Amino acid sequence: MNWTWFHKLGSPKWFYQISGRWLPWLSVCAALLIMVGLVLGLAFAPPDYQQGNSFRIIYLHVPAAFLAQSTYISLAIAGVVGLVWKMKIADIAIQQAAPIGAWMTVIALATGAIWGKPTWGAWWVWDARLTAMLILLFLYFGIIALGHAISNRDSAAKACAILAIVGVVNIPIIKYSVDWWNTLHQPATFTVTKKPTMPIEMWLPLLIMTIGFYCFFAAVLLVRMRLEVLRRESRTRWAQEEVARQIGRGV
Amino acid sequence: MSFDSFAEFLAMGNHGVYVWSAYGIGFVILLLNVVSPLLARQRYFKNEARRLRREAQQ
Repeated sequence: MNWTWFHKLGSPKWFYQISGRWLPWLSVCAALLIMVGLVLGLAFAPPDYQQGNSFRIIYLHVPAAFLAQSTYISLAIAGVVGLVWKMKIADIAIQQAAPIGAWMTVIALATGAIWGKPTWGAWWVWDARLTAMLILLFLYFGIIALGHAISNRDSAAKACAILAIVGVVNIPIIKYSVDWWNTLHQPATFTVTKKPTMPIEMWLPLLIMTIGFYCFFAAVLLVRMRLEVLRRESRTRWAQEEVARQIGRGV
Repeated sequence: MSFDSFAEFLAMGNHGVYVWSAYGIGFVILLLNVVSPLLARQRYFKNEARRLRREAQQ
């Protein structure tokens, strides 16, 4: 197997160039998919036979919750890469992805609370799934705070990587919480192995929104990482040239 | 279309408050996530431009 791409990925300059090429496509995909998913989900999907129209919150709640968890898993993967191969880009990825993940967790918790009121009669219950998601939010806060608290960049990177890896234990707890404990939270809507039990008009918008959210995450992450790469590489020639080019364009 | 009129679409079968507030919060948070890194980027280039001008004068 050819591993050159992996070593190239560790080079900030290469990352900056390739991400600049991907960014417009990801942004367009994110905007289109989210818009189409919103229209289909809000206006065209049939109402749920039990929950009526309040179930439409699913098209925001589930993609955000998926993304919140996937982001955390990617933090842990970046943590392993950073610790094992000492790639500086891995630390940049952790620091820049954590705030996005935290915001997605906030969306999942907030929309969940709003959905809970008409469905369960309560904004919040100390249910296994909800509590585990709250812990996920605190893990994100921990990583963000740790990254800012330690002034030595290498020590901060190591500490954040370890916290990201240790905290990943929470992810299976979130996933299986609805099976392990008796909870109010409904079980998974989507599974990879089984055919969806709802009609296509209901699950297609959810799929579109989920892919849209992933593209959104990728686009925002790249914008954030590219700025951080420029900051950290500000002593190198290519970064200075890039800054000069951007200033010249009147950004 | 699962609604007969725009008013019905807004009402969401008496769940309008819940659905629209959820989407409102989601929209604001997504927007914040797009705008804040773009502003940070602009700020960085502005500061760098100022720094370069200062250094050129010295």
